[in-house]
Amino acid sequence: MRDRVQVLVREAVNDLNDELEYDGLRDPTEETVIFDGSAGVDSLSLVSLIVSLEAACEAEFGVEVSLADERAMSRHRSPFRTVGSLIELILERLEANA
Amino acid sequence: MHDVMFITGTRKGIGRFLVDHYLERGYRVHGCSRGEMEDPPDGYTHHVADVTDGAAMHRALTGTARSEGSLDILVNNAGIASMNHALLTPASTVREVFSTNVFGLVQTSIDAAKIMTQHKWGRIVNFATVATPLRLEGESAYAASKAAVVSYTEILARELATFGITVNAVGPTPVATDLIRGVPAEKLSALLSRQAIPRLGEPADVANVIDFFIADASAFVTGQTVYLGGVV
Ligand SMILES: NC(=O)c1ccc[n+]([C@@H]2O[C@H](COP(=O)([O-])OP(=O)(O)OC[C@H]3O[C@@H](n4cnc5c(N)ncnc54)[C@H](OP(=O)(O)O)[C@@H]3O)[C@@H](O)[C@H]2O)c1
Repeated sequence: MRDRVQVLVREAVNDLNDELEYDGLRDPTEETVIFDGSAGVDSLSLVSLIVSLEAACEAEFGVEVSLADERAMSRHRSPFRTVGSLIELILERLEANA
Repeated sequence: MHDVMFITGTRKGIGRFLVDHYLERGYRVHGCSRGEMEDPPDGYTHHVADVTDGAAMHRALTGTARSEGSLDILVNNAGIASMNHALLTPASTVREVFSTNVFGLVQTSIDAAKIMTQHKWGRIVNFATVATPLRLEGESAYAASKAAVVSYTEILARELATFGITVNAVGPTPVATDLIRGVPAEKLSALLSRQAIPRLGEPADVANVIDFFIADASAFVTGQTVYLGGVV
């Protein structure tokens, strides 16, 4: 399961790179910072990334997954901070919907 | 061609009129309401879904996008009213009005907007009412719920602009539907006399504003609420 989520996140991040012509997230590892206020992408790109990941998860796993989170814009606790924390969030939400 | 439209609250009233109006104009129209539609017109797809049921709406919206290849236009027409003195309105009624008119509309808009962002094009049209700017006594819960819709429209418009999605609202005057059936005749004529043009609205008056909002050429029009009958 983790492997499949990892692939989805990596694909979505690479698509975002292409779309933004942005190289900061090229070939992401789990430690790559996606969004933490100053580093990473801007909040609109984050929105695009999350929306396309929700759709990709639904297509892959056949369940509706909402990645909306109160802590989204928080500097330290945002589940969107790194590739790794985003994968954890998706796994958590998939489990809750299983 | 941006012609895939989803209209909420299509079983009767203004929503039912809009179904025929947009089918005639060549749109691919899907819609929903809590009940089945009697005699659905050819070419229209009805989903039985309550706008307050997020899972059912998600199925209806993603189902539409899947079968038609996109979802371009959302018309948030479903709405309920309560006409009563504030002190005689049960809290449960206030909650019900807000659930449908505000929370249902918010969730439906978010779900649809997520699909629209993928195509970088979209139109969302919400329903307000002249009861809000006229501060109509006896409609506190209803008018307040629609005030929330106006405010949500204005801010969502800003947040979705970058995705090519516009968000606007139409604010009808009284239109002869079941929604206002319980309003006494003298109250209704007092209300109409406060409009610049003192007559009942027709569903076609409402459709005309929606036609404008959803036009390709209206890409620069967003965050607006247009009230009918000259109410400001
Ligand atoms: N008529 C007026 O004077 C007037 C004036 C200003 C604004 N408006 C606004 O115009 C819109 C349409 O009103 P109308 O006059 O056409 O009202 P209506 O004749 O009472 O029709 C309401 C429609 O919404 C559907 N609906 C109600 N609750 C729903 C829910 N929770 N989920 C899904 N569908 C739901 C109903 O079908 P089901 O029962 O099958 O669910 C019906 O098709 C509303 O937003 C209203 O506030 C109307």
